[in-house]
Order: sequence, then structure tokens, then C-alpha cells
Amino acid sequence: MNIHIPTPLRAYTGGQQTVNVPGATVGEALEQLTGAYPDLRQNLYTADGKLRSFVNIYLNDDDIRYLPAKEATTTEESDELTIIPSIAGGGRCCL
Amino acid sequence: MLKLSYCDYEALRAHGEETYPHECCGAMLGLATPDGNQVRQIVRAGNTRTDRAHDRYNIAPEELVKIQRQARGLGLDIVGFYHSHPDHPAQWSKTDFDEAHWVGCSYLITAIEGGKAAITNSFLLTGTGEDDKQFIDEPVEIGMAPSENETAQEEGQA
Repeated sequence: MNIHIPTPLRAYTGGQQTVNVPGATVGEALEQLTGAYPDLRQNLYTADGKLRSFVNIYLNDDDIRYLPAKEATTTEESDELTIIPSIAGGGRCCL
Repeated sequence: MLKLSYCDYEALRAHGEETYPHECCGAMLGLATPDGNQVRQIVRAGNTRTDRAHDRYNIAPEELVKIQRQARGLGLDIVGFYHSHPDHPAQWSKTDFDEAHWVGCSYLITAIEGGKAAITNSFLLTGTGEDDKQFIDEPVEIGMAPSENETAQEEGQA
């Protein structure tokens, strides 16, 4: 399946915008991705292996955090994973 | 250096005036070049921080996924984001910095004073990740060449 890499993480995938990996589940596909590009791991996961809070991963149009089986969700070759860091901010601090 | 067309520059500033006194936000699609990010199209996004939209913004990740898909279809990348600071300087805040994760992208901020767009500044997020990221001031070059939006409109009228 194809995994779409956002602009800031392409430095860790040799500049590739899309990486094709095998995997029967979301978790397996992500394992394949970080296995092929180990430097990606620390940008996606915390030291204890949890997905960083600002990193969103979508299976097609669904946030994997809200899928019933989460990373164990089964996938097909035609599915697409999109990694998308959050974007937020604001003018005043800490009010 | 961030390069964008006069049309896109005016459009994103107008967006901030329209949403005043709330913050506006959107994405900039284009190409990352050795000379800097070159914007070819801007995409308006909704601000999901309705609880305090006067001083916060957030783009829903599902909208970001669609914007990234749109960029891919055009052969472009997301090269930056813009938002407004209603009655607040066009400088990044601690909140802007804490919530900035798109290293290599430009963060354009427009101060809206009393409903009118004032200063627009750009900041490039540099570094390799969360541990060493930093904003650096980035010059903005406003070009007179038509943007993808203008070109599409002209072709539609032809």
C-alpha cells in the first residue's frame, strides 16, 4: 500500500513523497515503513512507542486513532495511509 | 525567501480581514526550491478553534489530508501555512512555536488591526525535528506573475 509522506518528513525517506510497503494491517505497514527508514521512527513515535500527539495518520479518510481496531485495522493494497502533522497556533500565549 | 504572487498575497490578507475578529488560517501549495518556498496556490481552511477563535487556530487534520491530496494532484507540495493575528503583532507566539511541526515550511502571519490587514511576516521553521526546531525570519517576495488560482480563473473565462 502507499504511504504518503508530508513535506517535513521527506528528509527521512530520501525525498520520497510516497512510499509503497507491504502490510496486512496499518501497524504492519508502519513497521515496514520505519524498518526501511529508521530515522522516521523518532519523528513519529515517543520513546515509549506511542504515536506522537501531533502526528495524525489517516487510513484513506479515517484517523486511525478512532478506528475500532486502531493500528490492527486490516488493509488492502489499494488503501492509502497519509501521515499528517497537526497545524495550529494562535496570537496570544497562555491566556 | 518565500515567493508568492500578489494575488495570493492579497487573498490571504483579505481572508484575515473577513474572519476578523477571529483568526483565519490556510495552506500554501507550491514547490520547495533551493531559493526557498515558491507558492503557486493558497487554500483556505476552516478554523476549528471556535472556543477561542480570536487568538487560536487549528486546521482539522481531515482537511489537511484533503489539502495534501489536492497538492499531490497538482504536482505541488504543502510548502507553508498562513494565519492571522487579530489586533496582535505579526510575530510568532509561543503557541505558534509549540504547535509548529512542519519543518521546512513557511509560516506566514498577518496582523489585522481593527479589521484591516497590516503587516505580514513570514517565518521559516528550520531544524531536523522537535528538539532543535526554530523559527527564522524569512523575506517575502511578492511577484506579479499570475498564480495557479488566477490562471484557472482566466482559463475558465476563456
